[in-house]
Amino acid sequence: MPEQSERPQSERPQTDRAMIEIRKVTRSYGAFKALDDATLTIREGEFFSLLGPSGCGKTTLLRMIAGFDNPTSGSISVGGQSMEGIPANRRPTNMVFQSYAIFPHLNVEQNVAYGLKRLRLGAVEEKRRVEEALAQVSLTGLGKRLATELSGGQRQRVALARALVMRPKVLLLDEPLSALDKKLREQMQVELRRLQQAVGITFVLVTHDQYEALAMSDRIAVMFGGKIAQVASPKEIYQRPVNRQVADFLGGMNFVKAEIVEENTASLVVDTLGFGRVRTDKPKAFVRNGGSATLGIRPERLRVLWDNATAKFEVAGKVVERHYFGEITHLIVEIPGLEKPLSVTETNDFGADDIPVGTSIRLGYDPEALVAMAD
Amino acid sequence: MTAAAEGQPVFGMTRARRNALLQSESVQGFALISPTFLYALILLVLPILVVFAHSFWTQDYLTTDHTFTLENYRIALTEPIYRDLLWRSLYISLTVSFFTVILAYPIAYFISFHGGRHKSLWLFLITIPFWTSYLLRVMSWKVILGYNGVLNSGLMGLGIIDEPSTALLYNSSAVIITLTHAWAAFAILPIFVSLEKVDRTLVEAATDLGDGPLRSFLRVTLPLSAPGVLSAALIVMIPTVGDYVTPKLVGGKDGVMIANAIQAQFGKASNWPLGAALSVTTMLVVSLMAGATVLIIRALQRLAR
Amino acid sequence: MTAMRRFFSGGWLTVYAFLYIVFLYLPVIFLPIFSINTAPTPKFPLTGYTLKWYQDLPKTPALLDAAWNSLIVGISASVLATLLGILAARSITRYRYPGRRTINGLIMAPLVLPEIILAISMLLVMLQLGLSLSLFTVVLGHVLICIPYSMTVLTAGFEGFDRSLEEASADLGESAFGTFRRVTLPMVAPAIISSLLVCFTISLDEFVIAFFLTGTETTLPIYIWGQLRFAAKLPGVLALGTLLLVASFVLMTVAEILRRRAARRTQNEGGLYA
Repeated sequence: MPEQSERPQSERPQTDRAMIEIRKVTRSYGAFKALDDATLTIREGEFFSLLGPSGCGKTTLLRMIAGFDNPTSGSISVGGQSMEGIPANRRPTNMVFQSYAIFPHLNVEQNVAYGLKRLRLGAVEEKRRVEEALAQVSLTGLGKRLATELSGGQRQRVALARALVMRPKVLLLDEPLSALDKKLREQMQVELRRLQQAVGITFVLVTHDQYEALAMSDRIAVMFGGKIAQVASPKEIYQRPVNRQVADFLGGMNFVKAEIVEENTASLVVDTLGFGRVRTDKPKAFVRNGGSATLGIRPERLRVLWDNATAKFEVAGKVVERHYFGEITHLIVEIPGLEKPLSVTETNDFGADDIPVGTSIRLGYDPEALVAMAD
Repeated sequence: MTAAAEGQPVFGMTRARRNALLQSESVQGFALISPTFLYALILLVLPILVVFAHSFWTQDYLTTDHTFTLENYRIALTEPIYRDLLWRSLYISLTVSFFTVILAYPIAYFISFHGGRHKSLWLFLITIPFWTSYLLRVMSWKVILGYNGVLNSGLMGLGIIDEPSTALLYNSSAVIITLTHAWAAFAILPIFVSLEKVDRTLVEAATDLGDGPLRSFLRVTLPLSAPGVLSAALIVMIPTVGDYVTPKLVGGKDGVMIANAIQAQFGKASNWPLGAALSVTTMLVVSLMAGATVLIIRALQRLAR
Repeated sequence: MTAMRRFFSGGWLTVYAFLYIVFLYLPVIFLPIFSINTAPTPKFPLTGYTLKWYQDLPKTPALLDAAWNSLIVGISASVLATLLGILAARSITRYRYPGRRTINGLIMAPLVLPEIILAISMLLVMLQLGLSLSLFTVVLGHVLICIPYSMTVLTAGFEGFDRSLEEASADLGESAFGTFRRVTLPMVAPAIISSLLVCFTISLDEFVIAFFLTGTETTLPIYIWGQLRFAAKLPGVLALGTLLLVASFVLMTVAEILRRRAARRTQNEGGLYA
């Protein structure tokens, strides 16, 4: 399998210069470490996501970048400048808060102009900047509205405009979409991505929603229990998770026990019960832990083989459950020798939604879809 | 597919983290509240301790004898006049809190369940008289119940009675009526708040399970609003035991309460230690009564289930 | 069963509610009614309309003194109680620390203690400390009983205050003082003014504590108390009482309007009712 290149999703070329450097940052509260020895580089102009379940330390990290919290040890620099001892109000970062934190006693314009007031730009320039920012978030004409008269989506746009108008080096977004309903959230994902490409500012997004992170980011850091588990592009994270925890968090995955037969620099040969002997790529981060490993395959990478169709690699089993989801069907297939049945996601174009429970079927797969993970 | 993400265990704050947070926060929080806290210590706790201390001393005209004695308590508990006053005060405050709660409950229920858009207007209407001077409200009852008062002249005007009744004013009933009126709002608010917390779907569930309106009220709404009833009863009972103005203005000889006796010890009689002992006794007795009320209402609450 | 259904569905309850309102207001309404009646005793039938009882009020120097004293006490007590209330409410709503509930309970305790006990215990301590009784001691007493009300109004105002608003301000470059001036203060101003009005009203109307803690000076309620002994003075007292009622009514209505505005800002309902 060819080496997965770090392919930027944006049309706007990113530089390789570091914008944020996080060096061995730990934040402890007594014995508890909210963030444990995190090291991370976020590049200039990149849309970067911190992804993880609540309590994983992602918000702590974001708040330390913003200056609302300080590392117990380690250092953070933004734009090449150390942030140590610099309070939040003098950092080149701006934040979109989870609650949006729209000042309720000010109207939209006044909210957006809040930070500009201190820069003493003069009335004309200030107004121009406010108008420009409102236009960027499609709120032109709503400047006189009170914060209390806005919908959730509009409040979010005001929060964005208010931060962007400051022309920060880095825009920090703390779960900005979590308060919106599903449809609006998906729409805002697209808009946020577009906006980021238009303004070219480094965005750092905190989210617990894997789809959000996958859809918007250039790169993602997946975090668990205060530690950074993996930093990579969305595709790499999804397809080649470094461990079961990451794999599981990014969506459903079938796990199969495997015995390591042979280990080379770039590949692994393993024996499994259901899939037999398989040769797979060895992930860069793979560190062997004893003689066994886990093999993972995403449900959509298994496909039903109809009639006499064959595949070079296939497993046979019996459908034990079928769940209909509109455009796809979810099949649970029992494979002789595997202790847990496989989940299979199949599009409904060929009638997967009509396969009766109890049918014996064959599943085809691409060995490249199998990813080896250390136990 | 989403099951994996949603099923992910949530990493809550551990105890260690919470403790550390507490430490940094507690210093600031405590520093901020300390002026107010000190004020309450100096003007509330210290005075009550001083009263407590005084109650074990004796006074000889202007000098205070600091030898420990229970003599004041003996007088407070055995002298018929103080015993009677205490009993009457307890009786009056119990009666008053009973009536205020009984009268207030339907109003609180009405506002909570049927107030609709006008909830806060109703509450405002009910609280406004409460914000007017207590003294004036008591005074207005004197005007109403007096010999030459509104009620007598009104009843005579209607031909119901021939001559003014003296039975209206200057007795414990007048005190009870006046206090019930004066404390009405205080009883409504806690009941209202507890009724607001009653999940409406619970009432619907009871109805769905076959309870009629009365049964669902008795089995669901009333027990769930019991904490409000309890605080309403206490919030009326405790202060009324020590009421001074009402008995003085409308109580007459039959309506004198313990507060008047306490005042006398600090005024004309000038026996501070006895006044202090009477105050401490009143506080203790009212605490006992409050405790008993808590137990009774809790028991009733259990019974309703 | 239908009667029961109607009772719970609000028909009879509405009637009861209106009767209750009448019960609450009627006694109070008699004060203004008889204050404009020509007869010196408050009884039916009414004899005629006059404003002479009101016209006599400003001609009584003792009354004017009492009014002035009440004003001074009211303003001092409300300002002090609100300042202490702001500190405590901020601490209670923003910080978590051990003993927080106990301290809160202690500060709120004067609300449910018999006033006579508060009055005589403060009196004892003040005399022991060698303070001579004056309007100052009355202010001290009033501050104690006003703080719980101030706290109630202010905690409701502060509670909905989203901490991230202050962070957002800092994030946008504002200093700590600037944040206080541009965000915190405008947000909580209605609650603070509301607290001032509530405390002023309580102090203006309070009798027992003032009665015990004052020296030779009188406040309006003490003045009224003194006048009650003289039947002939009753109409004047009714007139004065009416003015006090109106003052309380106006102050509390303004306080309520402000409280609601504050609640709408912080999207937090409650206030005195919660």
